[in-house]
Amino acid sequence: MSAAVASPPQARALPPEMAPALLEVEDLHAYYGKSHILQGVSFRVGAGEIVSILGRNGVGRSTTLKAIMGDVPPRGTIRFKGQPIAGLRPHVVARRGLGYVPEERAIFPKLTVRQNLALGEKPGTGARWSYEEIFRLFPRLEERIDTPGGVLSGGEQQMLTICRTLMGNPDLIMIDEPTEGLSPQMVARVGDLIGEIAARGVAVLLVEQKLTIALKLSQRLYVMGHGRVVFEGTPAGLMANEAVRREWLEV
Amino acid sequence: MLELLIVSTLNGVLYGMLLFLMASGLTLIFSMMGVLNFAHASFYMLGAFFGYQISRYTGFWIGLVAAPLVVGGLGALVERYGLRNVHRHGHVPELLFTFGLAYVIEEVVQMIWGKLPVDYRVPPLLDFPAFTIFDTNYPAYKLFMLAVSVAIFVGLLLVLARTRIGLIIQAALTHPNMVGMLGHDVAKVFMLVFGVGTGLAAVAGVIAGPSLVTQSNMAGLLGPILFVVVVVGGLGSLTGAFVASLLIGLVQTFAVSLDVSVSSVAQALGITAQPAGGVLGDLWTVTIAQIGPVIPYLLLVVVLIARPTGLLGNREA
Repeated sequence: MSAAVASPPQARALPPEMAPALLEVEDLHAYYGKSHILQGVSFRVGAGEIVSILGRNGVGRSTTLKAIMGDVPPRGTIRFKGQPIAGLRPHVVARRGLGYVPEERAIFPKLTVRQNLALGEKPGTGARWSYEEIFRLFPRLEERIDTPGGVLSGGEQQMLTICRTLMGNPDLIMIDEPTEGLSPQMVARVGDLIGEIAARGVAVLLVEQKLTIALKLSQRLYVMGHGRVVFEGTPAGLMANEAVRREWLEV
Repeated sequence: MLELLIVSTLNGVLYGMLLFLMASGLTLIFSMMGVLNFAHASFYMLGAFFGYQISRYTGFWIGLVAAPLVVGGLGALVERYGLRNVHRHGHVPELLFTFGLAYVIEEVVQMIWGKLPVDYRVPPLLDFPAFTIFDTNYPAYKLFMLAVSVAIFVGLLLVLARTRIGLIIQAALTHPNMVGMLGHDVAKVFMLVFGVGTGLAAVAGVIAGPSLVTQSNMAGLLGPILFVVVVVGGLGSLTGAFVASLLIGLVQTFAVSLDVSVSSVAQALGITAQPAGGVLGDLWTVTIAQIGPVIPYLLLVVVLIARPTGLLGNREA
């Protein structure tokens, strides 16, 4: 395990201009029918960074991830590893090295844990993650290797979807609300897993509602409100900014 | 009686397996793309006519292989350049598209081959009775049809269960978007499934053509039964389609051979009283063979009322 994980997250935070940009989003717009959901979202994620997008329900956080994946038609500029990816079909985006774990998890319920993991593997990508490493991170998956995904507990399903996406060897993994509806112990496990992922050099873009998790894990965070980014900074900066927290985060 | 039982069971299973060759593709296409392909039976008909046409130049066996390949290729093209574009506008346009396609295929077949049955014959190699039970000569060709259907059924299951593409198809049955976001080209998988599904329907057409009648109305005759199979089995369930295919196959085969009516049962029980005509009198003397054609549709209606998801389906019909 690298030293980066052992030290507190804030200590290894790089200023944004120093981290090489892996994902750059500029003036991103998206529509559902006539509703203008994303109204010019801009942010960036550096290689190996953990970045969180916070905000209340319905401000467009999930839509941002979907637009990047090409699941919702995007307008604006999205660059990944310096290449424009806006408007590419989802499987092409995924093959470029972008992993996505949707909020609804989308386990293949009738397929076994092993089959679910196998589906994460993509043609032509090297294996940064082996089954052994996945099982070391989360031994419960190995115990349930031949169990259909549909009968796993919520936490196990969450682990399985994250691990399934890791099997595709992404350079950036976007995870939507991974701790939603999980027990406190499971929330901690998910937090550990995200730390491990970043320690392996995979950047993480996290959409979270639980402020504590995001503050603990992220090097930088963005707060969204009404389809725009309304705050950008470090966890310490957000803690210091009571006005932003009160207006855009607290219920 | 035993003779009737054995021969009807064989015929019923055979008819059921033929239905399954078509229903399997139809149900896979439905689960994956949400498209109820009204033109599916038309690809079956195309299989029979292409098989016939090819067999005139090269013999039956090349037709058996070539016709399904050509029809499957056509199916893939229909998906790629037709359905995929219509898909953006929702399910109703898709349904109308396949509905229109069924008519186009029927008209084209009539223009080329006419309305009368064509002379599609059983290959001489298989034109002999395989065995004789009591007084019935059972044709070898029917056993061959059964063998081909079973072989394809087993092959299909193996591909779905054991191969990587099968795994991707299984996953795409429930979550096509997620499969795409894991890096698999779902559009290509759709095209493949549509091509293979229509190709399987064509196999059914080629092998059924010489045994049944190869005529421009054969799609219209079979199409409705196919929908009964898929709805009774449960839309999207391959196992359900299999069970329902055999069920419908057996029910229809037995029904036509049962010359039994309420009156004949009553007479056998020594009851001689009869209603004096009218509707009741008609019902009294109608035989099961006579109501045979309506039984599958009755089953459809009853299943939709009692169990709308079908026998083994897990989504609303």
